[in-house]
Amino acid sequence: MAGGGVQRVGTIDEIGVPTRAAILDEIVAAQRRRRRWFRGQFAFVWIVLVGIVGVFLWSAGRISWEFIFTSGPYILGGAGVTILVSAVAMVMAIGLALLGALGRLSVNAIFNAVASLYVSLVRGTPLLVQIWFIFYALPQADIVLDAIPAGIIALGFNYGAYMTEIFRAGIQAVPRSQREAAQALGLPERLVFRRIVLPQAVRIVIPAIGNDFVAMIKDSALVSVIAIQELLWRATRVGRSERQLLAAIAIAAVVYWILTIIFSYFQDKLEKRMARGDR
Amino acid sequence: MTATGYPAGQPAPQHLGEVIVEARGLEKYFGDNHVLRGVDLDVHRREAVMIIGRSGSGKTTLLRCLNFLEEPTVGSVEVDGLRVEADPLRARSRAHQEQIRQIRLRASMLFQEFALFPHMTVLGNCIEAPTRVRGIGRDEAVTLADKFLDKVGLRDKRDEYPARLSGGQKQRVAIARALCMEPKVLLFDEPTSALDPELIGEVLKVMEELAHEGTTMIVVTHEMHFAREAADRVIFMEDGVIAEQGPPEQVLNNPHDPRTRNFLRRFLET
Repeated sequence: MAGGGVQRVGTIDEIGVPTRAAILDEIVAAQRRRRRWFRGQFAFVWIVLVGIVGVFLWSAGRISWEFIFTSGPYILGGAGVTILVSAVAMVMAIGLALLGALGRLSVNAIFNAVASLYVSLVRGTPLLVQIWFIFYALPQADIVLDAIPAGIIALGFNYGAYMTEIFRAGIQAVPRSQREAAQALGLPERLVFRRIVLPQAVRIVIPAIGNDFVAMIKDSALVSVIAIQELLWRATRVGRSERQLLAAIAIAAVVYWILTIIFSYFQDKLEKRMARGDR
Repeated sequence: MTATGYPAGQPAPQHLGEVIVEARGLEKYFGDNHVLRGVDLDVHRREAVMIIGRSGSGKTTLLRCLNFLEEPTVGSVEVDGLRVEADPLRARSRAHQEQIRQIRLRASMLFQEFALFPHMTVLGNCIEAPTRVRGIGRDEAVTLADKFLDKVGLRDKRDEYPARLSGGQKQRVAIARALCMEPKVLLFDEPTSALDPELIGEVLKVMEELAHEGTTMIVVTHEMHFAREAADRVIFMEDGVIAEQGPPEQVLNNPHDPRTRNFLRRFLET
């Protein structure tokens, strides 16, 4: 301070309150600037990286605009099949997982053994092998399925096994006291499960189920090997025949990416809505 | 001393009714751990029985055996004329489960951690079992719920979710929820142990009112002051048996059994 002495501005009481408020405002504003700066840098990095890859592939890959405009819509049409197969398989998987979880938690040895065998067998073999088995191997035993039902069954069966463990963990995560309180009120077992345990377990497993649905959308690409005309199948078909595999596969990849982003967004919304009752 | 807790030949206090809970020869093993070693217990209509004892003495297990949240290894429980024999090997048979359910309709349990259903409102918690188990209509169940929520002083919270209530309020809702089933006996398992100290009073006040109105209750508790005020009879448990029981003045102020004296001395020190 000029002159070296301490200049008296006022007592703490005289200047304390407004100064304190001003400091707080300044801190809040600085934090907001910092968050905005972070978001700006974040977006910049994404744009630059995606741009570099895009420009490189474009210049080195001899991609033709004509191919994109003529075959792009055809590939894109596969998204509908991808979503259809994934959604139906998901419904099937949820049903199987619920049954499987009840089996895994059952004190009935037969029920428990069947469910455990299902989980062990399905989780112990590759999904691609299961798809082959159902579509190409079973016909030798006179079990012949069309491609789309076979693909849906393979995916649903596979994810059902993984989700069995999710449901089992979700049911076990409901506090024991919840069951006991319902029992103490005289609710019969099936109502204890349906009215008290299951609704709470569903809330617990929703994030994991959402993740699995996103994973299922991507794994559904595997059913292209049995000629279901979904995204990847269409991309490889026109890509090969037009010698434009780079563009074709890139389009398919981007569509998968966008689909998963969209579903993740809805999943996020759903989770937030489900969590509201907890507060 | 008889199972009633009152000396042989001497009748139970005047204001009490006939025996409504009758447990005989209750024993419980958890694996090799012999937690209950033969308990006989009679509880009279309108009686408030408080069970005290150190942790691990078997008092919570005894309470849970009374409505078969734990299946006793051997023994029988009779509540309001319905007698159920312990049958651990066929505990899951449909007939046995149904008997147990009938016992629970007569003797409802309240828990240390309240166990309100978080996905239902206060009112939803209260009418769930009456509408689905007792088969009464929704309107009637709501009237009943309002009456008992009024009794615990929380009628204005009927549309809240449990997460928005304090611990004391949760336990009072749990009491109202149990009352909506109009059980013959209320079993309380350390109902205030999970509460912040300043919230204990409101729960004990509700329980004391219930006791004075003649609600039959069996309470596992560490609240000695409450036991002294509200109990007709205090039971001291040690090593899986009833070591001593009698009127609160006797058990708490002038215990005969050295184990009781030892427990109370240590308890009052801490």
